[in-house]
Amino acid sequence: MAEEKEALFSKKNKALLTDPLDDNNPISVQVLGICSALAITVQLKPALVMSLAVLFVIIASNVIVSLIRNLIPSRIRIIVQLLIVASLVILVDQILKAFAYDVSKELSVFVGLIITNCIVMGRLEAFALANGPWKSFLDGVGNGAGYALILVLVAFFRELLGSGKLMGFEVLGHKAKTLADSTGLYAMGYENNGFMLLSPMALITVGIIIWMQRARNRKLIEN
Amino acid sequence: MNKNSNSYTFVFAIAMVTLLAGLLSYAATSLKPLQDNNVKSEKMQKILSTIGVEVSRDEAADGFARYIKEELALKEDGSVDTQANAFQLSLKKEIKKTNSEQRFPLYVAEKEGKKFYIIPLYGAGLWDAIWGYIALDEDKNTVVGANFDHKGETPGLGAEITTDWFQAQFRGKTLFKDLGAGFTADNFVSVKAVKGGAKAGNMHEVDGISGGTITSDGVSDMLQERLNRYLPYFKNN
Repeated sequence: MAEEKEALFSKKNKALLTDPLDDNNPISVQVLGICSALAITVQLKPALVMSLAVLFVIIASNVIVSLIRNLIPSRIRIIVQLLIVASLVILVDQILKAFAYDVSKELSVFVGLIITNCIVMGRLEAFALANGPWKSFLDGVGNGAGYALILVLVAFFRELLGSGKLMGFEVLGHKAKTLADSTGLYAMGYENNGFMLLSPMALITVGIIIWMQRARNRKLIEN
Repeated sequence: MNKNSNSYTFVFAIAMVTLLAGLLSYAATSLKPLQDNNVKSEKMQKILSTIGVEVSRDEAADGFARYIKEELALKEDGSVDTQANAFQLSLKKEIKKTNSEQRFPLYVAEKEGKKFYIIPLYGAGLWDAIWGYIALDEDKNTVVGANFDHKGETPGLGAEITTDWFQAQFRGKTLFKDLGAGFTADNFVSVKAVKGGAKAGNMHEVDGISGGTITSDGVSDMLQERLNRYLPYFKNN
C-alpha cells in the first residue's frame, strides 16, 4: 500500500492537523457543535475542560473506529459508532465526577451531550471509516483542536468582559460595593457587561469570529 | 466471511456490547469510592456554609469535625435515637416512612463559643425535589443562615432559590411569634417566601421569586413542614 510508504508528517498529513484550525474549522466554517459552544463559554475553565473532553473523545473514537473499520458490518455502522462514542463519553463523565467534581457539576448535562456533538459523529462517518489509524488520529487532533480554539476564544472574551476575570482571577481589579474600595479599572467607574454572560452574546461572539475569519481568509466566502 | 450476513452482524454486535459494558462497569465500580467522597464533602460544605464557615472541598472533613459537635438522629417525640447514623440518613427515604419510624437529623455546631442548630430540609418544588439546610441561633428561634438546592427548577425563575440574594434574606428572621410562650405549635410561624414581596419589618417573611411562585411556596411549605418536627426536641432541650 502506498499509505505505508508515506512519511508520518507528510504534507497531506500535516494538512489533516492544520486544516480544521482555519480553512475547515468545525465550528466557524462547518458550523457544527454550536450547542456546547454557546452553553459553556461563560468562563474559561469549564470551556477548557469541555475542550479536553471533546478532544479525548474525538481522538479515541476516531482511532478505535479506524482500527476496526474493516470489521464493522456496514448495516449497523452508525449504531457501532454511537456505541463507541457513548462509552467514551460515559467514561469521561465518570472520571470527571471522581477527579473534578466541581467542573463536572458545572458542565452537568453537556458532557453527556458530547455523544450528540455532530463533530464527533461527522468525523467518524466522513473520515475514520475510510482512513488508517494514524491519519484518523491526526484528523481527530486537528478537529478537536479546532473546536477547542473557538471555544476558548469565545470563553476568553465572555469571562473577561462579562465578569472581569480570567480563569477566576480578577484581572481587571477588584469590584467592591463602593467606588472607593474598588481597585484597578473598577476604581475608575468601569462596569462589567452582564449581557456577555447570557447565551445571545455567545452567538454574537461566534458570529464576529466567523466574520473576522472570512475577512482575512477570502476563499471561505461563498457567492 | 460474509460481513453482511445476519449471523456476522449479530455476533459482532453482541461481542461489541459485552466488551464495552464490561469496560464501563469496571470504570464505574473502581471510581465509585472517589465519587461518593466528593458527594459527602459537598454535603459537609453545604452544612458548614449555613453558619458562615466557608471551606474548600479538601478541607470539608476537617472543618466538619472542628465545628460540628453533635450529629443527632431524632425521633417523633424529640428523643435521640442512638442507633441511627444521622449523617447517613436520607430525608428523601425517611419522609416516606410512617411518623413513628421516621428519623430526622440535627447537627449541633459550635463556632466561637456559640451554639448553632443546623436542620436539613427536603421538600417539593414545581418540577422536582428541593432541599437545603437552615441554621438556627442558640435561642432556636433566629435564623443565622440557609441554603437551598434543587433538582430541576426552571433556570432564572424557580432555580433562583440557589442564589445569594434569596438565601441571604433568611438571615435574622425568626421562627416563633413570641419566644416567651415556648416552643409550641401555636407559637410556631416559620418563615415564608411571600409573593409580591415581604412587608417591611416582618420577621417571618422574605420576598418570593417573581415567576417562581410555586417554587417559593415549596420553600415555605418545606420549612413549615420540616421545622415543625423539631419542636418536641426544642421543648425538651
